[in-house]
Amino acid sequence: MTSVDLEVERETAPARSSAAGGLGRRLLRLLGLPVLLILGWWAFSVTSESFYVPTPPRVAQAFVETWFSQRLFDDALPSIARLLAGYALATLIGVGLGVPIGLSVRLRAAAEPVLEFFRAIPPPVLVPLIMLLAGIDNGMKILVIVSGCVWPILLNTVEGVRAIDEVLSDTCRMYKVRGGARLRHLVLRGASPQIMAGLRQALSIAIILMVISEMFASSSGLGFTIVLFQRGFAIPEMWSGILLLGLLGFGLSVLFRQVERRVLSWHWSHRA
Amino acid sequence: MLEVTGLKKIYETTGREAVGDLSFQLDAGELACVVGPSGCGKTTLLRCVAGLLAPTAGSVRVAGVPVSGPPDNMAVVFQEYGRSLFPWMTVQQNVELPLKEKKLPRARRAELVAESLSAVGLADVPQAYPWQLSGGMQQRVAIARALAYEPQVLLMDEPFAAVDAQTRAELEDLVLRIWQRLGTTTLFITHDIDEAIYLGRRVIVLSASPTVVVEDIKVDLPAERDQLTTRGLQRFAELRGQVYARIQQAKDARPSQDSPIQQVKDAR
Repeated sequence: MTSVDLEVERETAPARSSAAGGLGRRLLRLLGLPVLLILGWWAFSVTSESFYVPTPPRVAQAFVETWFSQRLFDDALPSIARLLAGYALATLIGVGLGVPIGLSVRLRAAAEPVLEFFRAIPPPVLVPLIMLLAGIDNGMKILVIVSGCVWPILLNTVEGVRAIDEVLSDTCRMYKVRGGARLRHLVLRGASPQIMAGLRQALSIAIILMVISEMFASSSGLGFTIVLFQRGFAIPEMWSGILLLGLLGFGLSVLFRQVERRVLSWHWSHRA
Repeated sequence: MLEVTGLKKIYETTGREAVGDLSFQLDAGELACVVGPSGCGKTTLLRCVAGLLAPTAGSVRVAGVPVSGPPDNMAVVFQEYGRSLFPWMTVQQNVELPLKEKKLPRARRAELVAESLSAVGLADVPQAYPWQLSGGMQQRVAIARALAYEPQVLLMDEPFAAVDAQTRAELEDLVLRIWQRLGTTTLFITHDIDEAIYLGRRVIVLSASPTVVVEDIKVDLPAERDQLTTRGLQRFAELRGQVYARIQQAKDARPSQDSPIQQVKDAR
């Protein structure tokens, strides 16, 4: 809501000159700390003798050379595609199973301890196992991502569905809102704040698992490339890969926030 | 139109008898108020009548048909207006949703939504979201939703318990106006004796839990009610005293061990 207010404020004509100042301040607030960190890194890397600490311009150069090339199509984009595929699949499974479990007391009692157990297993340890079962191709990597992402989505969906307001649920019963309409209008919307919280957790897990899945028995992908650079002492290139991952994570979370703002606009305003 | 016969509800989990042996009838087009001491099983009664809760014994009939689940021709206005409207839907969508489930054609739906919103004085805010409205306006939306549903029986469960006094008076008059116009059989549950007498043509007084009907009073006040003059009538004060005395007696006769909070918890 605040950002909308700000935009409205900026568009009003009389405040134009101060609006320019406001924009400057916003930019400063947004970029101030990153710029400061880069300068700090620069100072550190210039004074440091270490081979492993390249200067920012060197990393930037490596970034352009490495990623604005065939590698973008061979390594970066396939990685991102697997990430999104795994994430989407985990969402389908997590919400698809979470809704019936959340709606049924018995199902919940039977399933919850098991779910908590599976959630407690750190997903990276499943990689060797999944490799044995599913081979080493795309399917394995997507499966690794799914195996980690599905738990926060599933458990949050269960919790969200369980906590749907009883009065609202009674209202649906009184007015014969049943079946698909009930699912759409009551269950999924009512649980959406929790589901979104699960999806947010799952997003960062997905990125981690994307990288890890590519570090095992792989010949392409972002994780593979970073390890390859490290082993070949291509240190600025290795740093540029890490930078790319950071930017990818940042971009996805910004995108996620946009989606969340649309889906949950009622929720924020409701509570404000 | 509405027959409640020998209704009894014992909660299995706690073994507590919330409703004893409760019987009353409403004729078509009647507006009756149910009033009782707090924690007397009003909510349990309403949920049984609405078909949301299965009674242990006895029956509820609407237009001669036994109730086994929420009946098609009944609408409810809940006390918790903030929780009975869909916060992710606009006012219009909230009112329209039950009509869609009734498979009414689009044109008829639009007509009903517009009519019912203007009946409650909210014709100008169909695109607003419930949380953008005051509590009283939200309850008006819930009333509009019930009206648009065109029920034969309307249940109201302490609908104005959570709004301020002035809004409450306005909403009471709104309910009377609508009832006079549509003649819908209405069962209005309240803990407020004044409200019960002001609105009702009949006041059904309940005992403490396990609940029975202790008295069924005909309200012989002029049909045209007015917040100032009606409440100022000598007869109004007499009726008020009569109901109050009955409720006090009911309280003393069978002191309820359970807290009202427990009561509500059980009923959910």
